[in-house]
Amino acid sequence: MSLKEAGLIYKTAREIRGPLIFVEGVRDVAYDEVVKVITPDGEEVLGSVLDVSKDYALIQVYGETSGMDLNVGVHFTGETMKIPVSDELIGRVFSGSFEPLDGMPRPLSTDERDIHGGVINPAARAVPSEFIQTGISAIDGMNSLVRGQKLPIFSESGLPHNQLAAQIARQATIPGREEEFAIVFAAMGIKHEEAEFFRREFERTGALSRSVMILNLADDPPIERLITPRIAQTVAEYLAFDLGMHILVILTDMTNYAEALRSISIAREEIPTRKGYPGYLYSDLATIYERAGRIKGKKGSITLMPILTMPGGDITHPVPDLTGYITEGQLILQRDLFLRGIYPPMNVLPSLSRLMKDGIGEGRTRKDHADVSNQLYMAYAEGTRARGLVRIVGVVGLSERERRYLEFADRFEREFVNQGYYENRTIEQTLDIAWNLLAMLPEDDLIRIREEYIKEFHPKYRRAG
Amino acid sequence: MIRGVIERINGSLVIAQFEAEPKIGDLVEVGNLGLMGEIVRLSGERAAIQCYEVTSGIKPGEPVLDTGRPLAAELGPGLMGTILDGVERSELKLWEIAGPFITRGVRIAPLDREKKWYFEPKVEVGAKVVGGDIIGVVQETEYFQHRILVPPGMEGKVTEIYEGEFTVEEPVGKLKTPEGEEELKMMQVWPVRVPRPYKERLPLVSPLLTGQRVIDTFFPVAKGGAAAIPGGFGTGKTVMLQQISKWADADIIVLIGCGERGNEMADVVTHFPELTDPRTGRKLIERTVIVANVSNMPISAREASIYLGVTLAEYYRDQGYDVAVMADSTSRWAEALRDLSGRLEEIPAERGFPAYLADRIAGIYERAGRVVTLGSERRIGSVTIIGAVSPPGGDFSEPVTTHTLRFIGTFWALDTELAFRRHFPAINWLRSFSRYIDVASRWWSQYDAAWAAMRARALELLEEASEIEETARIIGEKALPDEQRLILLIAEMIREGFLVQNAFHEVDTYCEAEKQVKLLKAILRFYDSVEPLVRKGIPIERVREMRVITEIMRLKERRGVEAIERVMGLITEQARALAEEYGVI
Ligand SMILES: Nc1ncnc2c1ncn2[C@@H]1O[C@H](COP(=O)(O)OP(=O)(O)OP(=O)(O)O)[C@@H](O)[C@H]1O
Ligand SMILES: [Mg+2]
Repeated sequence: MSLKEAGLIYKTAREIRGPLIFVEGVRDVAYDEVVKVITPDGEEVLGSVLDVSKDYALIQVYGETSGMDLNVGVHFTGETMKIPVSDELIGRVFSGSFEPLDGMPRPLSTDERDIHGGVINPAARAVPSEFIQTGISAIDGMNSLVRGQKLPIFSESGLPHNQLAAQIARQATIPGREEEFAIVFAAMGIKHEEAEFFRREFERTGALSRSVMILNLADDPPIERLITPRIAQTVAEYLAFDLGMHILVILTDMTNYAEALRSISIAREEIPTRKGYPGYLYSDLATIYERAGRIKGKKGSITLMPILTMPGGDITHPVPDLTGYITEGQLILQRDLFLRGIYPPMNVLPSLSRLMKDGIGEGRTRKDHADVSNQLYMAYAEGTRARGLVRIVGVVGLSERERRYLEFADRFEREFVNQGYYENRTIEQTLDIAWNLLAMLPEDDLIRIREEYIKEFHPKYRRAG
Repeated sequence: MIRGVIERINGSLVIAQFEAEPKIGDLVEVGNLGLMGEIVRLSGERAAIQCYEVTSGIKPGEPVLDTGRPLAAELGPGLMGTILDGVERSELKLWEIAGPFITRGVRIAPLDREKKWYFEPKVEVGAKVVGGDIIGVVQETEYFQHRILVPPGMEGKVTEIYEGEFTVEEPVGKLKTPEGEEELKMMQVWPVRVPRPYKERLPLVSPLLTGQRVIDTFFPVAKGGAAAIPGGFGTGKTVMLQQISKWADADIIVLIGCGERGNEMADVVTHFPELTDPRTGRKLIERTVIVANVSNMPISAREASIYLGVTLAEYYRDQGYDVAVMADSTSRWAEALRDLSGRLEEIPAERGFPAYLADRIAGIYERAGRVVTLGSERRIGSVTIIGAVSPPGGDFSEPVTTHTLRFIGTFWALDTELAFRRHFPAINWLRSFSRYIDVASRWWSQYDAAWAAMRARALELLEEASEIEETARIIGEKALPDEQRLILLIAEMIREGFLVQNAFHEVDTYCEAEKQVKLLKAILRFYDSVEPLVRKGIPIERVREMRVITEIMRLKERRGVEAIERVMGLITEQARALAEEYGVI
């Protein structure tokens, strides 16, 4: 029997600095190994090895260290962090470190998966290309989501990002097929009522019975947030690539995750890059986000929707910035639209779906989709430019053309972007609304749309024909 | 082979104590799993090793083994059309062996050891050869003829040479050298961090034609030159590099996905085999090598991937080809440098980057060039390097962008505002530049002697328009004189009718040189035809109503150049009609 199995516990902690513990005199410890820290009153807290040499180990602790002193015991488990997986996870609710919160027993399985997952071999990836209809025009029409995409919501506190995510979870379907998404929901540091909102929503729509919820809430240990999204992705990978399910993963709020990472980095006295965040924030986020996708020869998929709040509404803040550099687009919610009563308050201009091109068009949505979307972007940008002008020269100072675009922008926000929380538009409806708006503009202005599509879809010709 | 023991593991950095002093840059096998690593710092027998695979589960006390070789690329037939990781393992093979998730400690020889290639000799027994000489050829893909070279530094007399099917390791001939007899093989090995030698650098003489109007016409890059394309997320770097990979008139493309998305690599692997090269009619994948070290792979291998890609490019250059390297993104490579530097506790300069960042960036772009290759016969090849830069917050004043600017000849500044309105390619025409205009002018004059003048004029109009727009922002467009409003209209036509180019439009994705010239000419012709009318008092509103404007702006979607000729006629006609209506002939 090895020392580990005998349950050797080191009592040689030399320093506790924030979430870090330095332990001396250790033997046979592996990098990234899971650790149990035992407090004098017998409580066990999880940790893992961040740096190890012949005789010391540096441990990051996922629970509270504030009450700990150097009398803690440290037990090295000989394993990297793993969770048991089986189809019995479906319908369950767990804590941010995978303890049951639903009163049911701990899941058991001989199949245990490392929460860091593997890297999907790029050559084995299948290009995501199945259009998901969310029923929300601003998404379906102009930032279409496809199965296996990672598309975050960039928001601000107080904006209805939770509603939007819940509406997407409720309405998302592949047109013409009756496959529903199962949801893996991970919360990092959000409020109880927010988590409760999602739970109720999932319950109401019946999604709960095919969902897994992993919750680290605002009053749970912050460092635990480092493992929560990884546990979620591990569950998702199992459901998608072993059981063949289509999974929508919602991770909220990734800003809280990044803050946990920052606090470890600060405690390690690493050289920060921007706003105190470590230089590896990009690569670290990528190890979570890049687990989404499709794999050739496998039926399931992971579609990922991280939600993050932009501190101060600043999109250049490192968390949204680096997220945008990893994900396949972003949906941006904006306060001024919200204040004007637009739901979802989505600013389509800085929003983007990079995988849209593969998911839309003839045989998928409609052949005019790409062109229409392109034209809407151009016209709306023109309208918002005119809106900026009005503040300086007044409406009277606008040319006739500018006035027309100004009106276009207003109507576009009210009729196309704005819709009900329960309103579920088909892609045809979305495109028809778009055409009605585009019909306000001179036909010659529609140069981003192919002539034959104008002839086929422009209300003017449709009515005539 | 020097043995040692691991003392410390800190992420990708492993410290080990060796039995004797190893060499810096040597490849090391790390731990019981035999992970791949490289010695990056040395003090006596203690070495810092950058490990190319995830170090989870590795313990102090596990063995390390110095292989005595530096990180090197295997060069030879079999790489074309493949997808490699940062240390040259075929990802297709990795998938076959280990399943869809990358597994650690898997060793795959970069070049297939079993596969036989038909080797056709090009020298005879008795011939004297030196490094760089072609000893034979292999038709690697239908399109690509692989020229087998005498490795640099080797020379002698051919004593034997064979024709037929051989593996890359089997001798295809023998050479009598001053040191004795050497076998000639199709495979050679070259350390990736060392530039491959050539005889002489040559001036650049022709543009790399990309079929992208804003590049070819306004901000060209020369074959053998270097270009950078910086921009915030979603501004179009990757799409542009893919467009260039698809349509550029290079013989060979090396596409390096360095710390970017897995799906983008899958996209290339999926779509390139479906696309044909407009010049050769061959499948694009037949001339493309992909190096894919995506963002969630170990950051250290990302650092190596660019050197691997450039080394492959130089090897094809040495065969006499024009090669273009796309590196997406050099910022992720620089971050890998920073990460390692931080773990080594080096003193950081700006934003945590090591002080040698600029030197390393220069070291990469300096490997671009047009050269006379080694070998007794004069052969010319080139490497063009195009690097994406991903500045944090889209702010170009950060170190990677500013240093890169010093070492490149063409700068394509991407603009978030343009991207928001889906003006793609979102290359800002006021902030971008090309130092290769002279080279390009000479080449373009074959289509139109006035090319340089037309280009300059269009740029001037765009510049003037942006100044007028500044004023319009204060007083409103309506308050501007009609001559100025006409310039705004022309600028809009240049933007929409020329600069905007939809990568996903079946026709517009590629625009041939002749069409580019004629399109620009049509827009300028329009300006020249209506400008006198506006000056004589015909209201701008009436000019705006001319049907030919839409015709001009839609020309880019029409195949070929016939439509342009027709529209040229319409311009004259409609301008004359307008003049007659107002009696201002
Ligand atoms: N030439 C183009 N034609 C049409 N669409 C384009 C073009 N260039 C870019 N786009 C659009 O912009 C999106 C983003 O482009 P791309 O992925 O190249 O950005 P990027 O600069 O590489 O971003 P990141 O730094 O995050 O990787 C594309 O998915 C596409 O929708
Ligand atoms: Mg990109």
